[in-house]
Amino acid sequence: MKQLGLLVTMQPSVKEKNAAMVEWTEQERSIITNIFGNLDYEDVGSKALSRCLIVYPWTQRYFASFGNLYNAEAIKTNPNIAAHGTKVLHGLDRAVKNMDNIKATYAELSVLHSEKLHVDPDNFKLLADCLTIVIAAKLGSAFSPEIQATFQKFLAVVVSALGRQYH
Amino acid sequence: MNLKRPERERASPSDSGSRAAERMSLTEKDKAAVKALWAKISKSADAIGADALSRMLLVYPQTKTYFSHWPDMKAGSEPVKKHGKKIMGGVGLAVSKIDDLTAGLLELSELHAFQLRVDPANFKLLAHCLQVVIANMFPKDFTPEAHVACDKFLANVALSLSEKYR
Repeated sequence: MKQLGLLVTMQPSVKEKNAAMVEWTEQERSIITNIFGNLDYEDVGSKALSRCLIVYPWTQRYFASFGNLYNAEAIKTNPNIAAHGTKVLHGLDRAVKNMDNIKATYAELSVLHSEKLHVDPDNFKLLADCLTIVIAAKLGSAFSPEIQATFQKFLAVVVSALGRQYH
Repeated sequence: MNLKRPERERASPSDSGSRAAERMSLTEKDKAAVKALWAKISKSADAIGADALSRMLLVYPQTKTYFSHWPDMKAGSEPVKKHGKKIMGGVGLAVSKIDDLTAGLLELSELHAFQLRVDPANFKLLAHCLQVVIANMFPKDFTPEAHVACDKFLANVALSLSEKYR
């Protein structure tokens, strides 16, 4: 009976489970919806992915079937990479629309990246950093330190959710 | 199976003695790209340093632990501006010693190892913020090609700075 009692107390209560969820202020929500609301997904997506493949060339391992990745110019003009970058950005959109439940929203995508695509989750961070750089280049003075902090917090939650189902 | 190797150059002969596991050595092309980028941005070095430092303190709050002795850590404050300038002085020195970073940064390496003892993981965080600021202030110049050379350069600087840690 004592062991049962121990088991019961060790389960996180509903309150504790909710406490573990990511909290967003109203300001953070509007920063994220604003950034994505004013984004050219094709432009930013293709730029972010091609930058990732150029700056961290080992990430090219996942794109062997995408055609010519021989040098930076080839990567930048590769239509398959551009299309895939757009796809990734639309995937991020799902998190923007479900900010209170990113972990659950990405459960399936996480399984996909782990079981089917076999992507090392460290790569998510590399792409996130490149996306931050592309947004920084695009937004200029509007990309304040506070906005950067919120954007990176958002990406960190996404990256964590994408890696969650790996085992 | 396509065994064609991508277009890459041979690394320059590695600098004096440094054999850290993760060092991806700078090619002559990298060095040229870094120097070209530095020529474009160095006039704004102080502003870049201050902005990058403020961002790092805000985006990665754990980095504030190294500056608990500062009265003010807000963006634009005197300590932040002064320290940002100091950091960029180090970056400029590194650019001038790019052919042998470990020898060129020896003094700074000893400072970081024995006095400052900054956990080397933090070098990556500052490097990221420096590059965010450069991209932000010089979007046309911070091309993917400039970015990869800069990222390699800052990683090499970090490795040389942590050379004496243990």
